[in-house]
Amino acid sequence: MIKWSGNPLRVATVLFILFLPAASFGQYDLIDIDNPFSRKIPMAIPAFSALNTADGDPALMQKATDILTKSLDFTGFFNMIDRGAYLLEPGKSVAATDQINFRNWTTIGAELLVTGGLSQTGTLVDIELRLFDTLAGKRLLGKRYHGTVDDIRPIILRFCNEVIVQLTGKRGIFDSRIAFISTGSGNKEIYICDFDGSSPVPFTRHGTISLSPAWSSDGKWLAYTSYINNKPDIFIRQTEGSQKAVVMEKGINITPAWVPGQFTLSATMSFEGNQEIYLLTGSGKIIKKITNNWASDLSPSWAPDAKMMAFVSNRTGGPQIYIQDIKSGQVERLTFEGSYNTQPSWSPTGDRIAYASMAGSRNNIFTIDLKRRRPLQLTQDTGSNESPSWSPDGSLIAFSSTREGPSRIYVMTAFGADQRRLLTMPGEQSTPSWSPNLSKN
Amino acid sequence: MRRKLWIFLALFMVIPVLLGTVSCAKKTVTKEEPAPVATPAPAPPPPPPPPVEDPAAKAFEMAKGEFLDTNIYFAFDKSNLDDMAQATLKKKAEFLKIYPDVYVTIEGHTDERGTAEYNLALGERRADSAKSFLVDLGIEAYRLSTVSYGEERPVCTEQTEDCWAKNRRAQFVIN
Repeated sequence: MIKWSGNPLRVATVLFILFLPAASFGQYDLIDIDNPFSRKIPMAIPAFSALNTADGDPALMQKATDILTKSLDFTGFFNMIDRGAYLLEPGKSVAATDQINFRNWTTIGAELLVTGGLSQTGTLVDIELRLFDTLAGKRLLGKRYHGTVDDIRPIILRFCNEVIVQLTGKRGIFDSRIAFISTGSGNKEIYICDFDGSSPVPFTRHGTISLSPAWSSDGKWLAYTSYINNKPDIFIRQTEGSQKAVVMEKGINITPAWVPGQFTLSATMSFEGNQEIYLLTGSGKIIKKITNNWASDLSPSWAPDAKMMAFVSNRTGGPQIYIQDIKSGQVERLTFEGSYNTQPSWSPTGDRIAYASMAGSRNNIFTIDLKRRRPLQLTQDTGSNESPSWSPDGSLIAFSSTREGPSRIYVMTAFGADQRRLLTMPGEQSTPSWSPNLSKN
Repeated sequence: MRRKLWIFLALFMVIPVLLGTVSCAKKTVTKEEPAPVATPAPAPPPPPPPPVEDPAAKAFEMAKGEFLDTNIYFAFDKSNLDDMAQATLKKKAEFLKIYPDVYVTIEGHTDERGTAEYNLALGERRADSAKSFLVDLGIEAYRLSTVSYGEERPVCTEQTEDCWAKNRRAQFVIN
């Protein structure tokens, strides 16, 4: 019955659906990620069990259980029920089958149950994962995967994505990564880590100041500012590959931001004497000037439909957030509260803009909804909080904060809940930039 | 006024250090070994400059020292030049007129408040203000380049208004 083919070397997650899905994608909207008051759904994830009565390596089982639990917990959608409360015989796990005693789970308040099973043959593993709605007493997802021991994390993340699609109707964040600045080497360099802060790797080794990483909407390019030439220029580089370009006009070349769905970016440049936002091709050629005002115009951030652009301007004195209709050129001031509002970041859902607002000497993260234009403060009394960047599904915001002393990167929900540190590294970290989903499927 | 205070402070720091090095030297003499040079003095007295025969070169060195050591300062989120900044720039213009072979880079800096990107833009506006003023005083624009470092190169890292004020500066470098 089980058959697999293809090449098992390349992140070899040969996937097949064991069972017909109980509900088709998106029809089971348990979670509304745009609702600030949506409650966390109680979820139980018992430890992985061995498949086929074969004894699995306990360390591998533990690792798989941890990845599954931490990844789903990271989304902020679920309330993970403490394993000590499970009505299981001590030392027993839940077999990876459809035979579930749902009462055992509804009794402890679990509304969702995820079970995992694993068997290992040499360096190869088989993994079964299931998602159950315990109240309805039915299975929502059932998947079986095959790969190598090194594929355990990608396999589990793939299943997590399916869980999120099933429950929210939207793709999850498990294929995304976060670029950021770290000073660990003694210089500001760009690093990239996984969505959950794991596996940070250096992206630049320029030995100078590098700033403002920005992902293209297909995730294949990063643009950033660097002082390689002893002044701020924009460098455009493939994330995997060797193609690159540089924008090194006279003056400053800063705050790159890609236009969604296009190989085009916007950036602030001053070669004509005034700091204006320009549109550039992905290879760094100037297309046209977008803003035209005596003041400084900088930090563009695009609406997901690319029809509008938010940016910072000090045309009325202190810096404020403005939005511009690209077609008509019409500009509108968006923020009126506070005297120093910068770093706009347009939500991937299109309806909100996150930004940093300074009062005293500290910044805090706010969002403003485009309909009612009401600012909502997401951080307070916790050091200086800057550089908001949305997860690709719009459910989370990464930002930097000095709440623990040195600047570090944190993540919170789109409404400010569950603020937690993303990662710990030597030096200080800042300016997170969340990638789009990078799945090659 | 502030300048006098600094000179006073500097002397205050230097004199004990001088005394320290003297006593150190004595000890090493008894050991009949070359004196270790590692004295982590925060402000060691300037070593006697190599004998300068040419008084013109000496004058240049002195003028250059003052030119490089004097920054101009700005108010928070401002790039306009106050009276003090203008007076300092007038002196710099005199120096640049006397020495027409000198080319300089004006670095614009900000304090750490606010956000990095806006501060990069602000730093450039500060450097540009200083440059425009010098050009208006007759200095050739091609001798003056500018670069913004925003908040990336503070001279003072405490979170106090005093420290922020020192960081909000345009600084001059001779190319």
